[in-house]
Amino acid sequence: MPDKRRLGPVLRFAAVALGAVVMLVPFLWTVVTSITPNGSLAGGPTLVVKDPTLAAYRELLDALPMWRIALNSFWIAAASTLFQLVTGSMAAYGFARLAFRGKNLVFGLYLATLMVPMQVLVVPLFIEMKTLNLQDTYMSLLAPSIASAFGVFLLRQAVESLPRDLDEAATIDGAGHLRIFTTIVLPLIRPALATVAVFAFMGSWNSFLWPLVVIRSPEFMTLPLGLSTLQGQFTTDWDVVMAGSVFSIVPIAVVYLLAQRHIIAGIAHTGIK
Amino acid sequence: MKRRNAGWVLFFLAPSAIPLLLFTAVPMVSSAWVSLHRWNLISPMEWVGLDNYTHLLSDPATRDVFLHTLIYCAGYLPLVFAGGLGLALLLNQRLPARAFFRAAYFLPVVTSWVVVALVWKWLLNPTSGLVNSLLGALGAPQPGWWTDPTWALPAVILASAWKDLGFVMVIMLAGLQAIAQDILEAARTDGAGAWQRFWRVTLPLLSPSTFFVVVISLINGFQVFDQVYVMTAGGPSGASQVVVGQIYDLTFRYGRAGEASALSWILFAVILVITALQVRGQRRWVHYA
Repeated sequence: MPDKRRLGPVLRFAAVALGAVVMLVPFLWTVVTSITPNGSLAGGPTLVVKDPTLAAYRELLDALPMWRIALNSFWIAAASTLFQLVTGSMAAYGFARLAFRGKNLVFGLYLATLMVPMQVLVVPLFIEMKTLNLQDTYMSLLAPSIASAFGVFLLRQAVESLPRDLDEAATIDGAGHLRIFTTIVLPLIRPALATVAVFAFMGSWNSFLWPLVVIRSPEFMTLPLGLSTLQGQFTTDWDVVMAGSVFSIVPIAVVYLLAQRHIIAGIAHTGIK
Repeated sequence: MKRRNAGWVLFFLAPSAIPLLLFTAVPMVSSAWVSLHRWNLISPMEWVGLDNYTHLLSDPATRDVFLHTLIYCAGYLPLVFAGGLGLALLLNQRLPARAFFRAAYFLPVVTSWVVVALVWKWLLNPTSGLVNSLLGALGAPQPGWWTDPTWALPAVILASAWKDLGFVMVIMLAGLQAIAQDILEAARTDGAGAWQRFWRVTLPLLSPSTFFVVVISLINGFQVFDQVYVMTAGGPSGASQVVVGQIYDLTFRYGRAGEASALSWILFAVILVITALQVRGQRRWVHYA
């Protein structure tokens, strides 16, 4: 028994450390590959890079406007996050605090859109963009993520759980809906807003099917789409493909490390509901 | 009063209602409409009624893509669940550098599917990939992974489980931390061993989190596309083609948009039924505190 007690934590730590190696080595390997001269990759993996080179990165930047593509990914994700926060919190207030006929029906319709998967929408949405002449533009990338029923739902739950006497007191003091919404409700639902922001940003950042369908020109591409075209161009040049991967991992990894606590809390928050 | 309220309702709801109407509701209805036609996206639509549906339901290709999707789910779900729960249990205890480990496990979750798929395609490269080199050094057989019809789906499953492990871990960790310690303490004083405490107390109390993970994983699993498209493009010779991959190919490679729309509705129906069954079945095993 005493032996087991001492051994337990050591084994546990070993298991966790081994897991971390499995999670981190692929990233390390990506970086190593990207700075290995292409010719020496065929010989199988080596731990030490003999003649590290940035040639693959130069080739990458020649093949695609990567800086612009990375910037596209960033601002599209930021813009759709902002849109979803604004439209979602306003709708949440409407559903939680305004009385109107057919409210449950309208809310039910919102929830129905939540259940429709992207692939059902992809074909007609593509046709719609073509008809509106928006195909292959930033607008077409942004349009489907201006509002999300998921965000509305999550934020409505948050507003519902706020005590009503707060806004009743404000109403007596003469505050209108807009004042109550901006000065009382919004500050109190900050944790829920953070959760929605995390999901909106990650959703847009990782989105692939929709950009793949609607975008053709490299200057409007986002990182996932740019990378997937790279693979077609450099089928066997794994150093270039991995350089592209490093290029898309680094910015999001930095954001993640800075906002780690909020991101993890935001995701955990939806799971325990 | 009533009239003033209507203005406010419009003000608060329109910003979300208009985009949802235009970019979700309208495409939804027109998708149903397209599914009743033969259409190659260019020439005028030709009404065929339910022909697309009857054809798809009798087409062996449909059975294959659903089977592959099912195999994907069946491989992926146990892997992420057991792995994520195991990690959560380990990290829920006193441990040096716990924050570092949690961050490391979660890093793949924020990485996009396309990047994960590319990195794993390279790791699982049959001739010069890291995984096969390690297997070779151990004297183990070296599968052809994404170049081999048998190993293409397992390769995708492996990459997907690796990416989502951290997500499941975070959900389960939150569930574990919500369990009141005195319940476990009471079980301990009653003489329950660690194993018994896990099976009889922790696992049942975690069931809401488990339920969430299973429902979400299956909804997402049935819609798997990105990693398949990048790693195998459904190949070799269709061995790893999944439902959404088929929808994409039908539309943009074969110009059969009507059939593609019909297939997307069949998939939606399947997901709805599976989710509904789980919601109904949850009473038997999910215990809400």
